[in-house]
Amino acid sequence: MTAVVPTADDFASVTALADAGASDATLRRFLHGLPGVDAVGVEARAATLATRSIKKDAKAQAIDLAIAMTDLTTLEGMDTPGKVRAMCAKARRPAADAPPVAAVCVYGDLVAEAVGALRGSDVKVAAVATAFPSGRASLAVKLADTREAVAAGAHEIDMVIDRGAFLTGRYGQVFEEIQAVKEACGPAHLKVILETGELATYDNVRRASWLALAAGADFIKTSTGKVAPAATLPVAVVMLEAVRDVARLTGQRRGVKVAGGVRTTKDAIRYLVVVNEVAGPQWLHPDRFRIGASSLLNDLLMQREKLRTGRYAGPDYFTVD
Amino acid sequence: MTSVPDLVTPTWEYAPAPESRAIATLRASYGLFIDGAFADPVDGGVRKTVNPATEEVLAEVADAGPKDVDRAVQAARRAFIEVWGPMPGRERAKYLYRVARLIQERAREFAVLETLDNGKPIRESRDVDVPLAAAHFFHHAGWADKLAHAGYGPDPRPLGVAAQVIPWNFPLLMAAWKLAPALATGNTVVLKPAETTPLSALLLAEVLQQAGLPPGVVNIVTGDGATGAALVAHPDVDKVAFTGSTEVGKAIQRQLAGTRTRLTLELGGKAANVVFDDAPLDQAVEGIVNGIFFNQGHVCCAGSRLLVQESLHDELLDRLKERLGTLRLGDPLDKNTDIGAINSAEQLQRITELAASGEAEGAQRWSPDCALPERGFWFAPTVFTGVAQSHRIAQEEIFGPVLSVLTFRTPQEAVEKANNTPYGLSAGVWTDKGSLILWMAQRLRAGVVWANTFNRFDPTSPFGGYKESGFGREGGRQGLGAYLDVEVDA
Amino acid sequence: MSERLEVRRTAKLFVGGAFPRSESGRSYEVAAADGTFLANAALASRKDVRDAVTAARKAQPGWAATTAYNRGQILYRVAELLEGRAAQFIDEVASAEGVDLDEAARLVEESVDRWVWYAGWSDKIAMVAGSSNPVAGPYFNFSVPEPTGVVAVLAPQASSLLGLVSVLAPAIVSGNTVVVVASEARPLPAVSLGEVLATSDVPGGVVNILTGHTAELAPVLASHMDVNAIDLCGAPAADVAELERLAAENVKRVVRPGRNGEPDWLAEPTPRRMLALTETKTVWHPQGL
Repeated sequence: MTAVVPTADDFASVTALADAGASDATLRRFLHGLPGVDAVGVEARAATLATRSIKKDAKAQAIDLAIAMTDLTTLEGMDTPGKVRAMCAKARRPAADAPPVAAVCVYGDLVAEAVGALRGSDVKVAAVATAFPSGRASLAVKLADTREAVAAGAHEIDMVIDRGAFLTGRYGQVFEEIQAVKEACGPAHLKVILETGELATYDNVRRASWLALAAGADFIKTSTGKVAPAATLPVAVVMLEAVRDVARLTGQRRGVKVAGGVRTTKDAIRYLVVVNEVAGPQWLHPDRFRIGASSLLNDLLMQREKLRTGRYAGPDYFTVD
Repeated sequence: MTSVPDLVTPTWEYAPAPESRAIATLRASYGLFIDGAFADPVDGGVRKTVNPATEEVLAEVADAGPKDVDRAVQAARRAFIEVWGPMPGRERAKYLYRVARLIQERAREFAVLETLDNGKPIRESRDVDVPLAAAHFFHHAGWADKLAHAGYGPDPRPLGVAAQVIPWNFPLLMAAWKLAPALATGNTVVLKPAETTPLSALLLAEVLQQAGLPPGVVNIVTGDGATGAALVAHPDVDKVAFTGSTEVGKAIQRQLAGTRTRLTLELGGKAANVVFDDAPLDQAVEGIVNGIFFNQGHVCCAGSRLLVQESLHDELLDRLKERLGTLRLGDPLDKNTDIGAINSAEQLQRITELAASGEAEGAQRWSPDCALPERGFWFAPTVFTGVAQSHRIAQEEIFGPVLSVLTFRTPQEAVEKANNTPYGLSAGVWTDKGSLILWMAQRLRAGVVWANTFNRFDPTSPFGGYKESGFGREGGRQGLGAYLDVEVDA
Repeated sequence: MSERLEVRRTAKLFVGGAFPRSESGRSYEVAAADGTFLANAALASRKDVRDAVTAARKAQPGWAATTAYNRGQILYRVAELLEGRAAQFIDEVASAEGVDLDEAARLVEESVDRWVWYAGWSDKIAMVAGSSNPVAGPYFNFSVPEPTGVVAVLAPQASSLLGLVSVLAPAIVSGNTVVVVASEARPLPAVSLGEVLATSDVPGGVVNILTGHTAELAPVLASHMDVNAIDLCGAPAADVAELERLAAENVKRVVRPGRNGEPDWLAEPTPRRMLALTETKTVWHPQGL
């Protein structure tokens, strides 16, 4: 079928499906009517963007931007209040004159701990919810998970979509679940994790992005970080194209979060280049782009130090929290 | 729906990231490379070669006169008879492998020199020109001892002395495209680089010396059109291979009429890049940009005519213009530059004149905001919409960063418009429908069809044109035939 | 009992599947090798050339679009018809070339076999000349030979059937259409071949045969902007350079005549003539999800 790009009316009619009840067939027509993605082409674009050489002032600016966009994350079975407290201390003050990170990201039952540890700072608390990372639980359980996190003070909720439903074409179910979670979020903003590694094709990433955005996501997020491959540059290109295109239709600029596999400053800067050149400079802000990471922060700080002193830094000089 | 408020957006300027020019040793002057050594011209002169981005003089190079050309041909003849002709393919191969390796070893030096002399961005010389040049030598090295299995009979013979004239748009790469197959098949060569871009060929001459290539096997005579004409007309040349304008190609074909000198031509183009409304849209935009703005549009196979399905026209143009706004034009030595300098004042003049005709004939002209540097030869990427087939900018090869946009309604109309030109070098097709790709590929009268991609090159992939874009192919098994004695009637 | 008077053939042109006279109304005498009058053949004019090229161009897309298998079958059937008409051809070759009947029979048999050889190439050219190319990237890349389009062929002057077949069949087997200028002095086997083609399944316009003065017709073809290639086999030696110059105007592909006059048509043929009249098209497509 011909896939001339959707108009604002098309998009509005999809988002209005809330009242009508989203049907798989309607959503399928819309999502499968989006332009396809040529994998080799998008990978080539990402590779070319990765050759940008960012040095000196531009690099310093990028490092600070990346720090300010970091969601400092701990999502381990063995997380404890102590671990969360230590991480929050780092989050508020990564280094002497460095900006604070955007948010911390924790499991729902540690939100209260994080809120307490971050009192008085601007750092947000994001909680993963909806039976993260697999999403394999009843809707009732997923909504309860969400409500509890919000009640405990989470500013942001990172939910997972039901990939099984998506891959079998049950787009209506995925759509309605996102809507329900959005409602349960109340004032909290919602990031929808697509788990792009399981979606397997860029066409699916594009469709899932549009589906999530139509259903009310404030942010679309690549991965849980528990499945490989997690975030990749080409996947980020596709997701940034989606938010760019939705902005053209609606005037609203939604956000993108990349998570998992962003380990070095070099990686982070490459993502910023992609944000800058694919979506545009308006997305170079923590309200529109986030990087979910843990070990990245220290690498950013090391590179920051090297720019400042001219010397290569060593890990002993940066705290492990 | 929570609306994200309008934010104070940072501007993030990429700081200058220049590649160092120190690695490229520039001599004050260069001689002709004849019979294994550099020498001053006997009856030619000298000329200056200039950096088109800054107009600074880079070096003085020799202009070969008729006696110099004769000396070069004689050296090639002697080397053919005494050394290269009798040499087993296995040994010829090893010289070519050495050359490939040396280019890789000195890759950075070649890339910087190419950018200085040609004006193309360092990212392109580094990532495209130089690696492909090395690959051409490597691939053809492997053919030298396998010609009996190449489909040209059990013992195909070389032609003898090949005269090769190359253009300024990919100076090193064009030298590789010419030298590698000629040498692999056992011919010796006299090569004439383009007038404005001699330096990478002269560095290649040093590499050939370093490789120990026997004197006279390759001779490089720099100069202008007159040098090329003298070379092509030389009576002791067995083969002429020319890449350049269609006008000069025809003149050469006329000149060689009635002789037994073999000829292959790779001439101009006015390729149609056809985008259907079900194309993978973002990649199509990249393909369009790559197709006409890569190498500043100085590409014979450039996708200079965008044929977009009418239903998609407005949307595609919006996205294209937005994308063009992110192109970075400037110092070719800066690693972040996307668009470099126009190669010469003459070429800039031609592009300017043709672009003016576009406006005069009623098309709408648009360029992104682009600060052009003060010195040097520069032209902003330009898009013309509302172009008709009859406009000059739809028919004539501009050879610059100027895109003409036309529309079509059906696949049949797309084919008709795409083929409605005396040229036939390349074409692009963008659609998600596989059967349509193959249907289009079958009907497009072009030597290279890129489907859902553009401007891809490889030594194994034969390249050349239909109709007035020339005849003969370069690359692959098919390209060997240009340098073997496989005349129809002996 | 008086001898029966034979019904003489009018040797006309073969254009677009029909047999028109020259639009100029002219004709010229064709004599046997020993001088005996054989026939008046149409003396083609430049306008006949124009019409023939138009017919060839019209027929070309259809001919090129037939499957290779189909073209091969059609050409094989032509060989069947030639075989059936062998006696006529033997007579004509013997009188045209001044050879005895045994020699003429040999030449005609060789011509039929030659035609069969070329018919068998239709579905093999792509295998021999095409390739899948292992490019260094995630792309499927293939090269295919395609017919160049409309080909002008100056048939050899001496070898009136075997030589003719050896320049005609290789041109059309890949999907080209042709305008043939028959041997000037020995055109009658070509005229008969036209009659064979007209009763075969070769579509009208695929082969067009003009009889007349080679020196008059060749420049018209060589300069024609809608002819893609020209085989100069039968060109007068003194005219070759000028014909190549004229051909350059639209960058025609030129097959030059042999260095030493006509080649030995009895020698084993090679695929070269066929391949010289094809273009190589190379296609790229990404291989990805």
